[in-house]
Amino acid sequence: MQRQDIIQKINQLLIDEIEIDETQINPSANLKKDLGIDSLDFVDLFVIIENNFGLKMRAEEMTNVKTLSDFYDYIVNRIIPN
Amino acid sequence: MTRVVITGMGIYSVIGQNLGEVRNSLYQGKSGIIFDPVRKAMGFRSALTGMVPRPVLKGVLDRRLRVGLPVQGEYAYIATLEALKTAQIDQPFLDQHEVGILYGNDSSAVPVVESIDILRSKKDTMMIGSGYIFQSMNSTVSMNLSVIFHLKGVNFTISGACASGSHAIGIGYLLIKQGLQNIIVCGGAQEINAESTASFDALNAFSTRESEPTKASRPFDRDRDGLVPSGGAATLILESYESAVKRGAKIYGEVVGYGFSSNGEHISLPNVEGPARAISMALKDAQIPPSGIDYINAHATSTQAGDSNEAKTIDSIFKNSRPLVSSTKSMTGHEMWMGGASEIIYATLMMENSFVAPNINLENPDETTGCLNIVTETIQKEISVFLSNSFGFGGTNSVLIVRKFIP
Repeated sequence: MQRQDIIQKINQLLIDEIEIDETQINPSANLKKDLGIDSLDFVDLFVIIENNFGLKMRAEEMTNVKTLSDFYDYIVNRIIPN
Repeated sequence: MTRVVITGMGIYSVIGQNLGEVRNSLYQGKSGIIFDPVRKAMGFRSALTGMVPRPVLKGVLDRRLRVGLPVQGEYAYIATLEALKTAQIDQPFLDQHEVGILYGNDSSAVPVVESIDILRSKKDTMMIGSGYIFQSMNSTVSMNLSVIFHLKGVNFTISGACASGSHAIGIGYLLIKQGLQNIIVCGGAQEINAESTASFDALNAFSTRESEPTKASRPFDRDRDGLVPSGGAATLILESYESAVKRGAKIYGEVVGYGFSSNGEHISLPNVEGPARAISMALKDAQIPPSGIDYINAHATSTQAGDSNEAKTIDSIFKNSRPLVSSTKSMTGHEMWMGGASEIIYATLMMENSFVAPNINLENPDETTGCLNIVTETIQKEISVFLSNSFGFGGTNSVLIVRKFIP
């Protein structure tokens, strides 16, 4: 899977499953302050990512994931080895 | 002591999804009971149930507010929306005033089953998601509605089996009467699904008249063969008289008496003496003699023992005045945790519209129920005061008396 495909899939899941407004999807958006994704939403994101990418997210690895761009990088780097 | 009035009502019932539909169904004696083939396929002895369509709340409530809300919470949300609308209470009012919530609920089966199914399949609790814990708790309805409506007053759930909804109104009445709260959202909610009723079906308690679903719930009838489970949600806005007058609210009725007791005997079989004490306590609280009750909305669930014992109880107290009696469970089935609250709404609608709904399917009373003055066809009748019985497993009894409001 290419980076762009992964980003597109993440965006679609955020819109469909977390019900983020499409117009708010922006790489620089802060997950918490701009997109309103709180700690409980993160719990659901863990499930959605594992179900759709087969990837187990770990809470301790999320401390530096602040923006949507950070989130893209976190997922992409786990799927596409450097 | 403050007078306690009903200033709003809302309902999501198997006989109607709003007050207007319910009023019409009550007047027409319409049943909400169906045969559910899913339950039969699962192995139920009786596949009879009341049924409501599942509300569609996507687009109405944000995802975060929906995720922790189980199906009975969805019913309660719809019922509460209508109750607040009829009370003319909007969100800015709720934001500026301390309004509480006391809701009756005593189970939340499906979320527990689903979350454990996920765990057994994935062997990882991280796959359960954020919503199930909030959906699984008995207090799920009061918990969720207080968040959705930004309520800031008293906030808890009352679990008293099939008397839950009635006790919720009773406790709300006591709090307002004592001046501890001005407005309380009271009600009862009951999930409708196979998971919550399977272990109840295991008691052989349900009617097996599957060939005629609408005739299966037949309280007081000689040929009654068990109850029919049902559900939905009902909300009442209870308010102090002063608060209601201050904001010019319409008053639908006044709660004038609450009585309660416990039987102290069998966990599932009712007795006569326990409910009689609760009725006496309610009459004393209301300062109304038995002759002052125009109509009794009976608990009667269509079981042999339960209906007989309630008939004996009613006869022991009301034999001289013989008020009109009917069990709306003949139409709705047994709404369980919702029933005590919904039946106050059904009776208040009758009082407001000057009729008494029939106890349908009563073709032949038996030797214990024949003494009652049971309404079998809709009658036009001025009701000034009604009494409502709710009895539950464990011998919990709740009795409420509501009067037409006289300033």
